[in-house]
Amino acid sequence: MKNTTLKVALIGNPNTGKTSLFNQLTGLNQQVGNYPGVTVERKVGSCSLPHNKKATILDLPGTYSLNANSLDENLVIELLLNKKDKDYPDVAIVVTEVENLKRNLLLFTQIKDLEIPTILVINMADQMELKGISLDIPKLETALKTKIALISSRKSTGINELKDLIVNYEQLSTEPCLNASEIDSDYFNNLRRIYPNQQNYKLWLVISQDVNFGELSKNVLQNNSFSKSDEELKKLQHKETVKRYQFINNLLKEAKKVDVAKAKDLRSKLDSILTHKIGGYVIFFAILFLIFQSVFEWSSIPMEFIDESFASLSTWVNEHLPSGKLNDLVSQGIIPGVGGVVIFIPQIAILFLFISLLEESGYMSRVVFLMDKTMRRFGLSGKSVVPLISGTACAIPAIMATRNIENWKERLITILVTPFTTCAARIPVYAILIALIIPDKRIFGFLNLQGLTLMLLYTLGFLMAIVSATILNKMLQLKSKSFFVIEMPNYKMPYYKNVGLNVLEKTKTFVFGAGKIIVSLSIILWFMASYGPTDNFANAEEIITTESLNQSLSEEELQDKIASFKLENSYIGIIGKTIEPVIQPLGYDWKIGIGIVASFAAREVFVGTMATIYSVGSHSDEENTIKEKMRNEVNSVTGKPIYTFASGISLLLFYAFAMQCMSTLAIVKKETNSWKWPIIQLLFMSGLAYLVALTVFQFLK
Amino acid sequence: MQTTVDLLKKGEKAIIVAFNLETIPLKLIEMGCMEGHLVELVQAAPFGDPLYLDMNGTHLAIRKEMAKEIIVEIIHN
Repeated sequence: MKNTTLKVALIGNPNTGKTSLFNQLTGLNQQVGNYPGVTVERKVGSCSLPHNKKATILDLPGTYSLNANSLDENLVIELLLNKKDKDYPDVAIVVTEVENLKRNLLLFTQIKDLEIPTILVINMADQMELKGISLDIPKLETALKTKIALISSRKSTGINELKDLIVNYEQLSTEPCLNASEIDSDYFNNLRRIYPNQQNYKLWLVISQDVNFGELSKNVLQNNSFSKSDEELKKLQHKETVKRYQFINNLLKEAKKVDVAKAKDLRSKLDSILTHKIGGYVIFFAILFLIFQSVFEWSSIPMEFIDESFASLSTWVNEHLPSGKLNDLVSQGIIPGVGGVVIFIPQIAILFLFISLLEESGYMSRVVFLMDKTMRRFGLSGKSVVPLISGTACAIPAIMATRNIENWKERLITILVTPFTTCAARIPVYAILIALIIPDKRIFGFLNLQGLTLMLLYTLGFLMAIVSATILNKMLQLKSKSFFVIEMPNYKMPYYKNVGLNVLEKTKTFVFGAGKIIVSLSIILWFMASYGPTDNFANAEEIITTESLNQSLSEEELQDKIASFKLENSYIGIIGKTIEPVIQPLGYDWKIGIGIVASFAAREVFVGTMATIYSVGSHSDEENTIKEKMRNEVNSVTGKPIYTFASGISLLLFYAFAMQCMSTLAIVKKETNSWKWPIIQLLFMSGLAYLVALTVFQFLK
Repeated sequence: MQTTVDLLKKGEKAIIVAFNLETIPLKLIEMGCMEGHLVELVQAAPFGDPLYLDMNGTHLAIRKEMAKEIIVEIIHN
């Protein structure tokens, strides 16, 4: 053998345990990245094989067939058709599941037509006894012209046998198991005549769909006397599918036996409870409540710890590095920037822990089924539920989770409204503003007024998402076919490895997706706050020291005053002052303006910025100090407090509705493939925020 | 008796006779929606839509709108 590292591709329908098998084969030796140019995950791992051989395992996105319906599926096809691709496999493993073998084999017969050495994995073999299923393996192997590995990816049985098959891949047949070109012999003979060196099935795939295959273009192939219209092509695809199913049905009639008496049905029992017309909703909302409750409860301790650790790291660096600009950049720009990303990890990880438990168990499909009709009224889909829930952690993974919504209009609306849900970055802003303007009282003896306000803001986020969806649904004149298919998989105990790795991946998506932007913007903001165009900035120390000569200020107070004066005259201070006329009607001054501008890195930056502005400086990070300073802040013209009930509520609502997250805009651009939608989103959300804040302030003041 | 999938009652089984090739997406065909295959209405969602079907052994849900396009022959057992 020339190469000791084999390239193996895992291919299979969703819900076949493909990912479990991938995790079994590779353990933690896996990397998740993106395919170039698109946000589809590319999962690769390494695995050691017998005889000291190694394999790189590529986990391809789940697909029902080689006819592409989505971006994820396009990738699978593009890779399998391009022998020059660096990922092109030496051997393909098609993962199927014993109960859905019939449907799963459709993809297998297509892969076989590509003449790649292919192993058939039949997963969940441990369930066969329980479900009364028996398989005639030799018969299947002969008919399908392959080798079969019966495995259980959860109980990790059959894995070694599979590894043996991989090592001996050269013994696998590369012959197709049926002759698909019989569906229209004339047509395929013509093709064969013109392109004698190309595989017939490959040509057919290129012709029948809109995927990019490099040197073979659909237009060129279609440019001949016998080319077919789109309608005829779909008819042929239908014929092809029928032919494949006939082959599979006939084979399984002989090779698969199901003892119906033995098949116990957990599915129908659970379904009747979980999709009950009243009970189903009660259970769903109870689960939701439990999730939110736990996200807050469990994350508070690690978040405090992270906050304190970064603060002390910052202080440590400040004291131990030689003082100067570099010191300031690291201790005031970079470390707080990174800390601002890390602080959200607990909430995001916990939320995704729950979501992935619900998905793994098969329950999420039932939620989609339950909610579809209701959601459709607002122009959304049942499949919008997951993004809307994920949005309460972070909009970035949430927007990526819209990818399985087939209907483009429903998907677009979901993407556009998801950022209204209250993401983790809004919480610190809400917390400090609520503490400032809402009294810490209980009503009716048990309802905490501050807690209630926070809950109202959450509800408001969801409501606004729904209302905007309704509006968008009316306004967007998009013709797209209503198309909704969802598989209702069997209920399963979630497999801890899959859940764990999924949480890890989602958290990484956030850290590296949003993290990059948050950190770089934090650094830019630091520069803008540390430099100013005028002499006032450069001579801040002198000016303040002279001014304060006859006031008996302590050294610390003096330093705070200088910092505050510097900020006022820095670039960012000037921006704040420039936008002051615009935000004055909302009840804000230029200092809040700075906070709003700074929030474009991530909303929670507001709190830190306020701390600097009100010259709490780095001496005391205590929230109470910031709060006191904010409370005492007065308007220089009217002499009235800045943070009143009216301006506070106005600011809360502004943060609830405004689009202030660069990272989200970036991901929307990627997912919609144009700047149009993120720009509309930015204008719509921020415009709405402005109007609402304006109305509320003018009404309440 | 011939009817369409959206009119099936819970637990009723039928054989797919024909469907509108223009409106039925290929994905649904691949999941088992084709002439001669068995389809059973497992359950309708609380507001009557979508429909939870067992199609040739595959459990899936589709909207009524699409179910209308699939003509079936009910089997009486």
